[in-house]
Amino acid sequence: MRKLGLYILFFTFLMSCSSKEEDIYVPVSYNLQIPELFADKLIAPVIPADNPLTEEGVALGKKLFFDRILSGNQTQSCAHCHKLQEAFSDSFQFSEGAEGDLGSRNSMPLFNLAWNFDERFAWDGKEFGLENQVIEPIVNPVEMHGDLKEITKRLNNHDRYPDLFQLAFGTSEISSDLVAKAVAQFMRTIISANSKFDNYLLGEATLTVEEQNGFNIFMSEEKGDCFHCHGSNNNPLWTDNQFHNNGLDETFTDLGLGAITGDSADNGKFKSPSLRNLTYTAPYMHDGRFSTLEEVINHYSEGLKFSETIDPLMKKVNQGGVGLSDAEKADLKAFLLTLTDQEFINNPAFKN
Amino acid sequence: MRKIIFTLVVFCFTFLACSEDNDVNIETVNVTLKFTQNWDGTAISSSDFNQFKFTNENGDLISIERLRYVVSNTTIGAVANNYQLIDVVENTGAEIVLEGITKGSKSLNFTFGFNDADNLDGIYPDLNSASFNVPEMLGGGYHYMQFDGKYKDTNNADANFNYHAIRAADITDPDNLILQDTSIDIDLGNVEISDNTTIEIQMNVAEWFKNPNTWNLNELNTVLMPNFDAQILMNANGQSVFSLGEITNN
Repeated sequence: MRKLGLYILFFTFLMSCSSKEEDIYVPVSYNLQIPELFADKLIAPVIPADNPLTEEGVALGKKLFFDRILSGNQTQSCAHCHKLQEAFSDSFQFSEGAEGDLGSRNSMPLFNLAWNFDERFAWDGKEFGLENQVIEPIVNPVEMHGDLKEITKRLNNHDRYPDLFQLAFGTSEISSDLVAKAVAQFMRTIISANSKFDNYLLGEATLTVEEQNGFNIFMSEEKGDCFHCHGSNNNPLWTDNQFHNNGLDETFTDLGLGAITGDSADNGKFKSPSLRNLTYTAPYMHDGRFSTLEEVINHYSEGLKFSETIDPLMKKVNQGGVGLSDAEKADLKAFLLTLTDQEFINNPAFKN
Repeated sequence: MRKIIFTLVVFCFTFLACSEDNDVNIETVNVTLKFTQNWDGTAISSSDFNQFKFTNENGDLISIERLRYVVSNTTIGAVANNYQLIDVVENTGAEIVLEGITKGSKSLNFTFGFNDADNLDGIYPDLNSASFNVPEMLGGGYHYMQFDGKYKDTNNADANFNYHAIRAADITDPDNLILQDTSIDIDLGNVEISDNTTIEIQMNVAEWFKNPNTWNLNELNTVLMPNFDAQILMNANGQSVFSLGEITNN
């Protein structure tokens, strides 16, 4: 009889353990599809240990990205200035904020952000880490002009968000940190890797003579010399994710990285953007000063301006640049357009 | 039967004796190689970059803005490290730790850049991610060094230089490139390893412009990657760039 009592006690104890385990909720891990070229050529994407990708987190991040609830007056979402059909940038020189104010920088396209290995984001490297970058435009008075306390209050009082945060993070208590984590998760899934040139590298497409010539100009140190800052067939990001003064101005009205680091040697330096999807990301440069790719190419060919911090990789500054012929310029443009990823801007996973 | 038993006993003793030998603890230590830079003996730190404060052998005043290079096959005795990118301006990669080194006098060697066998196109993801590649039209593979900055030209105006060391490539006939391995085998001799040891390896940056070829930046400044002869000159000057520095034990 005593034995039976012990069995019952043991069984009860076992059941209580079992029910405790069932109570621990674990979101479903998100299977990030790393493109073949990225897997072959690059180191692993940056995914912080304290913010792993989950199905629920990514879905929540996407919902938040497209929701105007994140702006101060609830008129703008992140997608307002980062439109899928424009490779998550917008077509204006300077984007208009929630209160109608104009910024002083061009909206950066958003893709392949998980492969920003140095984790300095924005044109001037202001933010370290994607989670921090997410918050910046939300609270920036010229952009979404939000107040984090007010926004989290709104979210906590919302009829759906507390449940969605519960699913994503195991808590219905919504904080700005969790908002940042969710949006960052979604942003890390935004991948562009299916351009004509990607297919060419995979042996699934051929280049025209002009496109091949353009690639050779891009890779030639005495011609375009674009590869030092913008990657190559071995760095399919088409950016080094570093900051350079590319000879836009003799004097600076915008110090760029220099304003962030306080080091005058960084004045006039801005992030090298990826050259993917240029078809959709005009206007170009940090201040959107160039409307067309022809203007961009002309800048490097004959428009360089000297300043103390100009990158030494900007050659022949005294002659204005590398001096490409009209045919070379046309070929270079033809190559650049092979980095257009049409599938990307039509990807339903990124649509609202 | 007695013979068999005797043989078995002898075999067991021999086996046990061998086993005892294996149990002898061979003490190993870690050795840290620390790469530093100087200009003719004066240490260079990040605060020295982006300023015209160095004068090369030719008398050109220069400013260093980017300096990163690869060392490979770094070997102490029989222990080797595959390769490492050292970025002086970003202050990354300056230390290589080699583990499991037995104490005693050990040879210390490394290669500046990659020898031909290792300099294969696109195979190192970390170097691809850092955009350290060489275009295929120049033979592919990787830079050995990217050393960029400015110098005061003959008109005392600022001008750019890109002292980029790669495998020399004669591209006269693009369909038949002539490539020459210009990596540099550095032999720093024998070093006494006693405890966990830190060994400084010094790069005298001034040597790149000095010995045996006095480098004239007014003549050789940019577009040196496709310049076969310039790469040969760099290789010659690089032979005396590295030396053994301080050795400390703890």
